[in-house]
Amino acid sequence: MTGDGVTRDSVTGGGTTGDGVTRGGTAGGGRVVTVETDRVRHAVAVLGRATFLAAVAGFFALPLLWLATAPFDAHPTITASVPEFTLRNFRALLDNPYVLSSLGNSVIQAAASAALVVVLAALAAYALSRVRVPGRDALLYVLLLLSSVVTGTAAMVPIFELATRLDLIDTHLGVILTLSGGLLPAAIFILKDFMDGTPTSYEESARVFGASPLQILRHIVIPVIRPGLATIAVWAVASVWGSFLTPFILLRDPAKAPGAVILYTLYTEGGSPRLDLISTFSLLYSLPVVLMYVFVSRRYGFRFHGGIKR
Amino acid sequence: MISLHGLTKEFPGGVRAVDGLDLAIADGEFFALLGPSGCGKTTLLRTIAGLEAPTSGRVVIGDADVTALPPGRRDVAMVFQDYALFPHMDVTANIAYPLRVKKVPRAEREAKAAETAARLSLSELLARRPAQLSGGQQQRVALARAIACHPAVFLFDEPLSNLDARMRLEARTFLKRLQRELAVTTVFVTHDQGEALAMADRIAVMSAGRIMQVGTPSEVFQRPANTFVASFIGSTPMNLLPGVAEDDGLHVAGAVLPPAPGVAGGEEIVYGLRPEYMDLADAARKDAFAGQVSVVENLGTSFLVTLEVTSPSGDHLVQAVVPEDAEPPPGARAWAVPRHPRALVYRHGALVVP
Repeated sequence: MTGDGVTRDSVTGGGTTGDGVTRGGTAGGGRVVTVETDRVRHAVAVLGRATFLAAVAGFFALPLLWLATAPFDAHPTITASVPEFTLRNFRALLDNPYVLSSLGNSVIQAAASAALVVVLAALAAYALSRVRVPGRDALLYVLLLLSSVVTGTAAMVPIFELATRLDLIDTHLGVILTLSGGLLPAAIFILKDFMDGTPTSYEESARVFGASPLQILRHIVIPVIRPGLATIAVWAVASVWGSFLTPFILLRDPAKAPGAVILYTLYTEGGSPRLDLISTFSLLYSLPVVLMYVFVSRRYGFRFHGGIKR
Repeated sequence: MISLHGLTKEFPGGVRAVDGLDLAIADGEFFALLGPSGCGKTTLLRTIAGLEAPTSGRVVIGDADVTALPPGRRDVAMVFQDYALFPHMDVTANIAYPLRVKKVPRAEREAKAAETAARLSLSELLARRPAQLSGGQQQRVALARAIACHPAVFLFDEPLSNLDARMRLEARTFLKRLQRELAVTTVFVTHDQGEALAMADRIAVMSAGRIMQVGTPSEVFQRPANTFVASFIGSTPMNLLPGVAEDDGLHVAGAVLPPAPGVAGGEEIVYGLRPEYMDLADAARKDAFAGQVSVVENLGTSFLVTLEVTSPSGDHLVQAVVPEDAEPPPGARAWAVPRHPRALVYRHGALVVP
């Protein structure tokens, strides 16, 4: 053991680093120094990591804190603070004729888009997974790439033009179709992965027992990929709920505008934001999505991959 | 009864998985389709089930030509290699599923499922999901599901391959007894010759989409019709040694063996003998293969000895099974003496009928 230590010391002593020289010089005592430096270094690292994490957590938590306090504050500012408690903001908000109906519009648009996306994506994913289509993967990747453009800002002018010609301006249907089109490729992509992870022997087994294609879909395929369908539905609802640009451009009548668009109108005539109304509306606007997440996660559990646990 | 007439299945790309195949399976028979992987045995089973449509040929079950019928109307039940139990249904719902498809009322089909489950000692597990069952239990549930719909034919795809070695032996006995009791025509696919020999009433050995031999386990084991079957059947591979049939006897790997009927006049033959029918002698003999012991493998109650035999016609490996405590040390000289009446002589790959 000692022989080993001496050899190592003599080797490090001959080295060029300051650390090595110290260790070589003090032989036995050097090791105690190193242990203490290690301890200090460790403490500094822990402290640094905690500070960093606290800063990051604060960065994300403060806006949420504001959302929790400002609606109940008589004089909300843009900073989070202990509120002078009041419910007056809610009354003021409900005086705006469009507020409640806008949430209703959000529900209509989100629910219809989610239903459309889930049904179409499930059928497309099932077909793409089970039937060998030449160039299937290329098709999926191109669709996925284009989908970010379809609902994106870049294609807004042609989409507006198209909607005008099809008489879809100022209708829920126009918004629903446009948003669904943008969500479909990613939905198909995720659901196809679910289907790929489901053995075809389930369906074949049911077929041998005489089940019709519709029965196979109802009894086997849909229950097996249900977590995937739930994930897609929630994701579609959340995306449509947060969409601003598409409904803002395609809808003229404020009575049809969804929450995200109405939020944008809560300003004074002078153009400064009504923080009392904005914060209160933001809270009302975010609650349904949060509740839906909790409900679906409890009921079905989220999964972004296919495959069956056996 | 199942009969196949000129059945061919060609996949896109020109692969012939099943190639002009004729076969008749009797009522109540336990029939094995045996072959190495890729020989078309599973495709054949799936064609009988109706999951694959044949390119040409006919499938007849009972008296009806079912070639054009969908799987659900052929009155067959299939147990898949992965059992294909529906993961979202409990055991009762799984077993009752075929009856659910047939629109049997819920109470009746659940009673039927419970009854079938009891028969396969699954009564304790009725409320479990497939994920909560062991491999053997999953297999029994899959069998119960197949039995519950009272089919005319059972089709099993590699029924034992998902079980561990110990379970496999139990399941083998269990399956054979169950088939006896139910007396339903059963076709099963396996790549394991031991499984086929142990369970089946008759075996069809397949290679490259064709049937190489059909027969009872003893026929296939004792008199393989060709060298393919000879090398495929048997837990220790058969010795297949090239030789020449002369008038004074068979000249094989340096040994001169008694002449065999049907071959003579310098014909090239293959001499086949199972290692179990080969004895070891420790002195030179004319009718023995002389060689050096290269490997000794312990088989439990016996030993498999491999001899390196050098002869004018080339070097060969000759294997012999010797009783325990009689095994020679590696490197020793030894003489492998065939029990001649057990020998099989092949000409152009086919058995020469004595």
